[in-house]
Amino acid sequence: MPFLLDCPHCGPREATEFVYGGEVMRRPTGRPPSRRELSSYLYFRENIPGPQREWWFHSSGCGRWLIANRDTRGGAVAATEAAGGAEGS
Amino acid sequence: MSARRLPEQPGELIRRGREIGFTFDGTERRGLEGDTIASALAADGQRVLSRSFKYHRPRGLFCCSGQCPNCLVDVDGAPGVRACTEPLREGMEVRHLNAWPSLEFDAMRAVDRVGRPFTPPGFYYKTFMRPRRLWPLYERGIRRVAGLGRLPAEPSERQTRADHRTRHADVLVVGGGRAGLEAAADAAAAGADVVLADDGPVLGGRMLWSGFQAEAAALARHVAELGVEVLSPGSALGWFHGLVPIWQDDVIHRVRAASLVVATGTIPQPLPFRGNDLPGVLLCDGALRLATLYAVAPGTRAVVCTIDDEGIDAAISLAEAGVEVAAIVDSRPAPAGAERLSSGVELIAGSTVLEAHGRAEVRAVSVASVEAGGIPGPTARRIECDLVAVSGGRAPAASLLMQAGARVAYHDATGAFVAADLPPGVRAVGSVRGIEAGERGPVPSVRGDRSGGRCFVCLCEDVTEKDVNAAVAEGFDSIELAKRYLTATMGPCQGRMCQLPSARSIARETGTDPSEIGVTTARPPIAAVPLGLIAGRQHEPGSRSALDAQHRELGGAMDWAGIWRRAYDYGDPGAEALHVHREAGLIDVSPLGKFLVQGPDAAEFLDRVYPNRLSTLDEMRIRYGVLVTEAGRIMDDGTVCRLDHETFYVTTTTGGSAAVLQWLRWWLAEWGMEVRITDLTGTLGAMNLAGPRSRDALAPLTEIDVGGEAFPYLHARTGRVAGVECLVLRLGFVGELGYEIHMPSVHARRLWSTILGTPGPVDVRPAGLEAQRILRLEKQHLIPSQDTDSESTPYGASLPWIVKLDKEQDFLGRWSLEMESDHPGTEKLVGFTAPRDQAAEEGAAVVVDGAPAGRVTSCRVSEVLDRTVGLAWVPPELAQDGAEFGIASNGSILPATVTTEPFYDPEGERQRA
Repeated sequence: MPFLLDCPHCGPREATEFVYGGEVMRRPTGRPPSRRELSSYLYFRENIPGPQREWWFHSSGCGRWLIANRDTRGGAVAATEAAGGAEGS
Repeated sequence: MSARRLPEQPGELIRRGREIGFTFDGTERRGLEGDTIASALAADGQRVLSRSFKYHRPRGLFCCSGQCPNCLVDVDGAPGVRACTEPLREGMEVRHLNAWPSLEFDAMRAVDRVGRPFTPPGFYYKTFMRPRRLWPLYERGIRRVAGLGRLPAEPSERQTRADHRTRHADVLVVGGGRAGLEAAADAAAAGADVVLADDGPVLGGRMLWSGFQAEAAALARHVAELGVEVLSPGSALGWFHGLVPIWQDDVIHRVRAASLVVATGTIPQPLPFRGNDLPGVLLCDGALRLATLYAVAPGTRAVVCTIDDEGIDAAISLAEAGVEVAAIVDSRPAPAGAERLSSGVELIAGSTVLEAHGRAEVRAVSVASVEAGGIPGPTARRIECDLVAVSGGRAPAASLLMQAGARVAYHDATGAFVAADLPPGVRAVGSVRGIEAGERGPVPSVRGDRSGGRCFVCLCEDVTEKDVNAAVAEGFDSIELAKRYLTATMGPCQGRMCQLPSARSIARETGTDPSEIGVTTARPPIAAVPLGLIAGRQHEPGSRSALDAQHRELGGAMDWAGIWRRAYDYGDPGAEALHVHREAGLIDVSPLGKFLVQGPDAAEFLDRVYPNRLSTLDEMRIRYGVLVTEAGRIMDDGTVCRLDHETFYVTTTTGGSAAVLQWLRWWLAEWGMEVRITDLTGTLGAMNLAGPRSRDALAPLTEIDVGGEAFPYLHARTGRVAGVECLVLRLGFVGELGYEIHMPSVHARRLWSTILGTPGPVDVRPAGLEAQRILRLEKQHLIPSQDTDSESTPYGASLPWIVKLDKEQDFLGRWSLEMESDHPGTEKLVGFTAPRDQAAEEGAAVVVDGAPAGRVTSCRVSEVLDRTVGLAWVPPELAQDGAEFGIASNGSILPATVTTEPFYDPEGERQRA
């Protein structure tokens, strides 16, 4: 992982300091999902070649989650944002 | 002083009079401080350093710059070391690699002598195909003969340290020759943070052996004064999206710079003629490095063979250094630089060396005229010599540029491939740009020459001109195909010295131009680097409990449990477990994950992450909890204790704490709730005082009323124990009355010593991890990851009561668990018993009707029950008391009987006492 991630709390760091959390997904809420919706949520990912929103956990740093916009083709990270909650503020 | 050592040279790297002793193939040798292994051996008259890869031909120094394969040796048991760049150290044991029984007499040379019919290109593929059943036999033979050197059985000293360092800079300059030094100085003077890497031990590049030693030293000083960080010798290994790893000694510097300046210069190219691999045939650069840097005569009588001015320069320099130059053979009809030559040197213009003669080293050369197109005429004369210095032009060392995304273009004026269209942030300076054209003569060809001598295109893989011709004739006329078929460019030099000759040969054979042939892809690593260095050192830190020293004093057998070192036992785990049942034991449980979950939304948050209800928990009460994934699979377990309305104290397993913290914070980030999670795992120590007499042991030490009614099961209390403020939890993991005491780590020793050391009626003894595992198994308490895997649900693991589907909140895993609850599942986790002497292995197969039907996850002999107990995944129909199944064990089947209730104290009266 030869790219940098700009941690909102720690600043730019090597990607090796982070744990990848996968694509940002929408969790089915409100009503029971159908089997198709549930299996799609659990087991299917877009896996697009291009920019995507993804979760990163700064395990060797602040121990917080952030969301990065990353181009999966080259690893270039366009932007990062702190994830919500008291932890992320 | 050795006879081959020249008089003092300006800028020589050796320290005269400072001798260093080493051995080569067991014989004592001596060199000088500043020597490389190869220069010391050359000074000692050793010309043959290796045997070639395929034909086992004798090979000697050729490039003297760490590029070609000719000087690969084994140093102190580590193979693949380049003798020409490896600094000499006292006591080094150097051995040759690829010859048997000795370097001087190599039995495999017969391959070379017998000749071509047996070694055409693709020999292995064509010969060892049939009969197929004999392949294992062939393979054994091939493996014995192939390869260079043997890996040491034990990791050698060279590989024990390997550090990775990350360095951020404004500018990285790769290459410390004139262009690189000037670029680094300019950037640093402009205020940039600059790193400069050069693969030589001394900065200066070609300045060092071309009369500019003083200028090189001055530039190097200037750069250092400007604050440039110099990595020397430091080799760039590749380009990875802007990250350039530089290998220096036993460190890999991961340099990330906003700008990359590539000043890697050029690589001198060989010329094709028969016997162009004989010891004594050197590149002009190699001969000059040897003579000027190490003051070693590369030979006594030289013939220089060239197509450009570089040969003329080399002849002048060699003569100045004290080497007799018999003749210069130049392919140009009227070389412009000729007037610079002194009168004693004969210039043979419009000619080339047709063949180098000699068996173990060069003795003479045949010279012939060169016709148009580089075709040589018949031999005109023979010149006695023991050194042939060759200059076949230069190729830009553009690997790094090409990896960074530059396009490769053929440059007609220089007859070489250059990098074009550099990507943003990458610049090339100096001769690596490949556009400094001088007068060039034709590159001679040996085509049409029918004599038997070998003319090598690729020294690493022993590929000859005729092999290339044969490959093209067989249809491998693209450079990528020919590369794979011939393995040319795939050896230790990675194409540096054979890429261009291969392209030239294929172009000639196919009647095209090298520009149409192109080059093969440049891949990392650019320099040969030990794999151990890339792997780096193990950096996973081991964690130790605050009681580590106590465990060792007590004779504890320390063992890894995740990242923790834990006391496995103190001599007899069975007896330790029995003592917990009969009296009282003290178990260090400090490695448990311990988190404080606080905030107005804390109760709501826990209700959402756990499948059971925690918001209904009263203050100072405890509930067991299992964490499941969104797929409803068991992830971890532990206890949750409500300290006050907004504060919960959550424990996890030792191995799962990091993953649980990550998991909880992830959902917190997703939901954005008013909750704060604090990791107290290292801050707090914990110990479990358990056993029927634990109350009697604790009572005199604490202000807390530990009476059965005042402090019941699954309740928590705070207060002083042995003078230390503690949180005490009444839990039952080990099945006896017990108190899990949590305290600041700094006080753990005091508490531990006090509890164990207080004289009194209760004999409290330490119990280890293994005793705890026996005790929990007697209660059928599962351990996530030990007894569960990525497919285990709470229903399968016989914990249906932990899932509250009637909960109003949506919780993690709810949708999956709802679907699971409708299905019986394919297997269930059950307890089983077996006779005492028939303990099964963990992981053993459960056998039903002669077929595998499940597996054993835990199995121990219980002293208190006097039989074997365990947990196993079995088909659902066997999940009832009294069902019987078999367990495969060493070829026999052990009988086992299902028990769904805890084996020990099934009513739980003892832990609730």
